[in-house]
Amino acid sequence: MKYFVSICAWALLASVAFAGGGVEVDDVVARAERQRIEVMDRACRTAVAIFARGGQGGGSGVVISSDGYALSNFHVTSEAGAAMKCGMADGRLYDAVIVGFDPVGDVALIKLLGRDDFLHAELADSETVQAGDWVFAVGNPFLLATDFHPTVTYGIVSGVHRYQFPSGTLLEYTDCIQTDASINPGNSGGPLFNAQGQLIGINGRGSFEKRGRVNVGVGYAISINQIKNFMGHLKSGRILDHATLGARVAADDEGRVVVSDILEDADAYQRGLRYGDEIVAFGGRPIRTANAFKNVLGIFPKGWQVPLAYRHEGKLVEAYVRLSGVHSEQQLIDLVAREQESEIPEPKDGKQPGEPKPNEAPRKANPHAKPDAPMPEIVKEHYEARRGYANYWFNRQNVARVWAKSTAAGDYRTLGGAWTLEGRLLADNDSSIRLDDAHVVCRLPGGDLKLDVGDDLSSAVEPAGSGGMLAALHLWRRLLFKGPEQFGELHYVGTVPLPGRSGLVDLLSGTVAAVQCQFFFDPATGDLLKVEMYPHAGEDPCELVFGEFREQEGRRLPMRLEVHYDNRIYAAFDWSKIEFAPAGGRKP
Amino acid sequence: MNDLPRKCIALVGLLVAFGACDHLSLAAQAPNASFAGVIERTRPKIVKIYGAGGYRGLESYQSGFLISPEGHVLTVWSYVLDSDVITVTLDDGRKFEAKLLAADPRLELAVLKVEAQGLPAFDLGQSVEASEGMRVLAFSNLFGVATGDEPVSVQHGSVAACTKLEARRGTYETPYKGPVFVLDAMTNNPGAAGGALTDRDGRLLGMLGKELRNSLTNIWLNYAIPTREMATTVEEIRAGRFVAQRAAPDAPKPAHPLTLDLLGIVVVPEVLDRTPPFIDEVRIGSPAAEAGLKPDDLIVFVGERLVPTSKALRDELERIDRIDRVKLTVTRGQDLIEVTLTASDAEN
Repeated sequence: MKYFVSICAWALLASVAFAGGGVEVDDVVARAERQRIEVMDRACRTAVAIFARGGQGGGSGVVISSDGYALSNFHVTSEAGAAMKCGMADGRLYDAVIVGFDPVGDVALIKLLGRDDFLHAELADSETVQAGDWVFAVGNPFLLATDFHPTVTYGIVSGVHRYQFPSGTLLEYTDCIQTDASINPGNSGGPLFNAQGQLIGINGRGSFEKRGRVNVGVGYAISINQIKNFMGHLKSGRILDHATLGARVAADDEGRVVVSDILEDADAYQRGLRYGDEIVAFGGRPIRTANAFKNVLGIFPKGWQVPLAYRHEGKLVEAYVRLSGVHSEQQLIDLVAREQESEIPEPKDGKQPGEPKPNEAPRKANPHAKPDAPMPEIVKEHYEARRGYANYWFNRQNVARVWAKSTAAGDYRTLGGAWTLEGRLLADNDSSIRLDDAHVVCRLPGGDLKLDVGDDLSSAVEPAGSGGMLAALHLWRRLLFKGPEQFGELHYVGTVPLPGRSGLVDLLSGTVAAVQCQFFFDPATGDLLKVEMYPHAGEDPCELVFGEFREQEGRRLPMRLEVHYDNRIYAAFDWSKIEFAPAGGRKP
Repeated sequence: MNDLPRKCIALVGLLVAFGACDHLSLAAQAPNASFAGVIERTRPKIVKIYGAGGYRGLESYQSGFLISPEGHVLTVWSYVLDSDVITVTLDDGRKFEAKLLAADPRLELAVLKVEAQGLPAFDLGQSVEASEGMRVLAFSNLFGVATGDEPVSVQHGSVAACTKLEARRGTYETPYKGPVFVLDAMTNNPGAAGGALTDRDGRLLGMLGKELRNSLTNIWLNYAIPTREMATTVEEIRAGRFVAQRAAPDAPKPAHPLTLDLLGIVVVPEVLDRTPPFIDEVRIGSPAAEAGLKPDDLIVFVGERLVPTSKALRDELERIDRIDRVKLTVTRGQDLIEVTLTASDAEN
């Protein structure tokens, strides 16, 4: 009997030792595995399987906010048009609407509708990503997930700051993350996560050559830091453009990156950049190769002011340059239309012609496809078509948001009378400015200057050397008093940096009285920080820079005004008194 | 209380079981730790190589790695190196014109030399053995992704098999038939050949081979040639014992050298400076015909010397006395064929 019990005990022991496979694994490994499962499980629940309306192809995406904003590739959403269906790991299918897209950078922002408590991915700082880091991709390769539960593939980062030429399309991958995690057709637009489950990029492309359009261990993800730069712009509902410096660069024999060609109307030219100058740093990064330069250009939207350091005749010059667009509005619209129409032929014998192609989901003729399926009601409520826009509805929302914040900081809409600012110019001379609907009068040491406001401000560049300070002041008052609805044509551009200030600010832009003007708002306080007026395209703007905001009668008033023009400060006013007369009122 | 001792025994047994399993522990390092440190240390040893090619499907670049601080570079022997100018770009972006010291077509390897000192390098003598299941890193400039001082790409995977390529003869076509590490990662891409395979600590295991496709199944094989297979040849090349590609110019020439005519070989007309020595015609009854050489064979070696052009072939034959036996290596399709022949004594 004892013998029998003993045998039983050993048998039990043996079964414990074998059956509990996990028991044998080192606790560190088991813990890491559990952690990885948890991280991947959570990440999977933020991924989206995107299906074009009517079943015409699809791809992947990832939710980045609780109210349903989600990122994907332009080449995925361009299939779908304005409305699409998005499946998530919870098994539910959501309606989604296009918000904005960046066709050159191959990024699209969409919004899933019907909830405000979406589980969403946390955005990482992709600058910290290094070759060798463990990463995993989540998505819907080969459109396998009919229950919307995504596929996870894992690998390491193979390289960072990669530059990939446009491949016969307008898609240019700059500064991207290279990974050996499997990226296959259908993974496009899906997330690439770091080991902590933070979003580091959007998968979109692979190097394929003679092996057909399947993974060969070389996939590319658009870095999330680049997308962060474009995020405000994407939310504007516009079709976005990429930037150019208006100059070409090339590496010379000594390995320096030098300007090989420059346009005279480029902003960089106005900041003194010339043929043969060496580019030292751009966008805060040292530049040692032509690819590094192109990488920096690729991560910023058109219109951003970016620091540039260059060596001109042996002297180091540092300046902020405005990046201009690569395409005209019409070119951009045409390119997008072409991209949406283009059909990539089915692979023949599993082979594709030489150029790498973006990872689109396999496109098969779907007998159930209904391309003309009606737009769902909930999408209709969030969509407004307009030329040059992916979805104008979101632009109006943002203009309203910025204006609401601005009026909270100071409501001027009842102040239709004269505005008087009194103080000192350059801490030296008494000065004042008086503004009403039809006039701007400025007292300067040289005497009074007066502008009669007409329908065309493009020739109103006085005082000489200011670039049009009086006209710009009129526009400042006009916006604050009339608001964006009455001001004239005004739209939301997105978010941009301001030189010397950390963080991004909201930008409204428009054309009124034949001049182009831009208004920069602090997104936190609603303060109108800066006004730029461009009397003529390709010339320097007159910049009004407001500061020293102080609360007075429920309004945050700028007690300092600097006027910048042509690489210098034209004037700086410190106001001691700002007064407003109500509409119809008249101040002596 | 009676069964308490038994419980103790069981507990001890369990502890023993744990102890016995200890050697299976995978936790030598934190499981989720990044390879960033290892990669940072290893990448400076990898070089980008540029040479001939650039036509459709023939990339003009490949990978290599430093095997001495004095600038010896190990890479695969390929058409890329068949160029007047071979450029080697180091990890720091410095560019060098490299000298081809020698190539061994059987191992498909070549050793280049750049004039530099104090370079970070692998030590072939310190390399380790790979085993099946071992986790590995592959460093290469696949697809030519990196240029200048941009770091090369790195991929991870496991050794799927340690086997011989000749096991696949007739299916995979390659001159090299020896032992390889078969990898489960997509490492052997365009431009990756000549890259380094290391373990997770960055210790050299082998050299990434060329692209290899099974023509029947369209399956691509990813493999590396083990360091041990190459070490001796590389050592001989570095020591100058391996017969160099070109003989010393002052070597005495025999009074009655060998000629193609004596062998019964007619090569294709030299229309270009660098016409490769393809056999155009083999004269009936000649030593070449008896040795089995055929039209369209490409002569690649005379003895141990590489002859990339018809001119090099003639120069090489001039150094051989017509009474001596000569070994020719030709490629026919994907096969390397060696023949030994003696000149016809008709004229003697």
